[in-house]
Amino acid sequence: MMNKEQQYELALDCLLLAGRMMMESGAETYRVEDTMLRMARSQNIEDAQSYVTPTGIILSLGKSQVTKITSITSRITDLHKIAKVNNVSRKLSVQMITLEEAYDELRMIQKTNYFLPVHIQALAASIASSCFLVLFNGYWSDMPAAFVAGGVGFIVMLIFQKLTRVKFFSEFLAASVVGLLASLAVHFGLGSEMDKIIVGAVMPLVPGLLITNAVRDLMAGHFTAGIAKGTEAFLTAFAIGSGIAVIVAF
Amino acid sequence: MDMELIIQLIFSFIFTACFGVIFNAPTKAIPYCGFVGAIGWIIYYTLIRYDVTEVQSSFIGAFVVAIVAQVFARRFKMPIIIFNVSGIIPLVPGGIAYNTMRNIVELDYTMGIQNGMRAFMISGAIAMGLVFAEVIIQLMMRMFKIGRTSMQSFARAKRRQK
Repeated sequence: MMNKEQQYELALDCLLLAGRMMMESGAETYRVEDTMLRMARSQNIEDAQSYVTPTGIILSLGKSQVTKITSITSRITDLHKIAKVNNVSRKLSVQMITLEEAYDELRMIQKTNYFLPVHIQALAASIASSCFLVLFNGYWSDMPAAFVAGGVGFIVMLIFQKLTRVKFFSEFLAASVVGLLASLAVHFGLGSEMDKIIVGAVMPLVPGLLITNAVRDLMAGHFTAGIAKGTEAFLTAFAIGSGIAVIVAF
Repeated sequence: MDMELIIQLIFSFIFTACFGVIFNAPTKAIPYCGFVGAIGWIIYYTLIRYDVTEVQSSFIGAFVVAIVAQVFARRFKMPIIIFNVSGIIPLVPGGIAYNTMRNIVELDYTMGIQNGMRAFMISGAIAMGLVFAEVIIQLMMRMFKIGRTSMQSFARAKRRQK
């Protein structure tokens, strides 16, 4: 049996791990705060306080208790992980599992990679790009060009994301590859509307989730998080825009 | 229901489901993500055809997306964000944002600002639709006191057995 201090230590680690994984997977700020405080309440820690931003979390278990910080460096969209962590917190808060079991489960989740294989993701990006043309009154004959451009752009982004770890650079390159492929397709008569092909092919890169999350965080009163996410979304949009502009300008 | 609407329905379903894959939604939830997106898009598309402005149509589309997403989230006991995020993708003004950037780099600032405001208003309307739907559903849940999930009642029954 653990003494009280050890239990608080474990609770702190457990809560921070859960919060960090959710934030890294692209959950909304208020959901992260809500999850951590709910988990704390289930362990009879009533006056826990948290301060969550997209780049770090500060969590304190109470006035005379320890406080810890964790920093968050990478943010991607991984809905599966959010669902898993949410499930653990749900089970913990209705006392179906103990704190130790929850911590073990969270560690397992942290280690596992829930992403589907890259070729399936790329295929999905290609199909999405070509479907976009239908939704926005493009020509059906442009679909193959959008299919290729969307898939290749997505793969380029993934590869350079892994190599350089600079998000702006990989998005810039992916967008310019998309622009290049689209203009080549139009040049060789394989496509007719360059604008629609480009828009369809960059859709998988567009920060739609970030923009809506930013506005929702602002509405929930998390101004720091809202502004930070809005800035990230703007940077991504700017990377895509300038990547295409480089090609279009020539 | 005419042919064009059916085509739009099918393609928006595929489009949204593909985004479910890219955002790595749980495999079980991916078809339902597609369903949410298709409903939101069809409502948006029909409203646009009846000459409702794009901002208002986006608001109503996002509102419906959030309500359907909430239903699925309760049913599968997953966070609502899974269905929301992929569901609003067809409504997100990607094309307008692209045109903004293109106008600006071609030094056509007037058109750039105009398109930028359009993109800003539409994404604001989408976020407002999502938040309004969520708040209204929460109020209704509190009114009818059906907030308890089946997982909670299961755990309660389990504790009583001990």
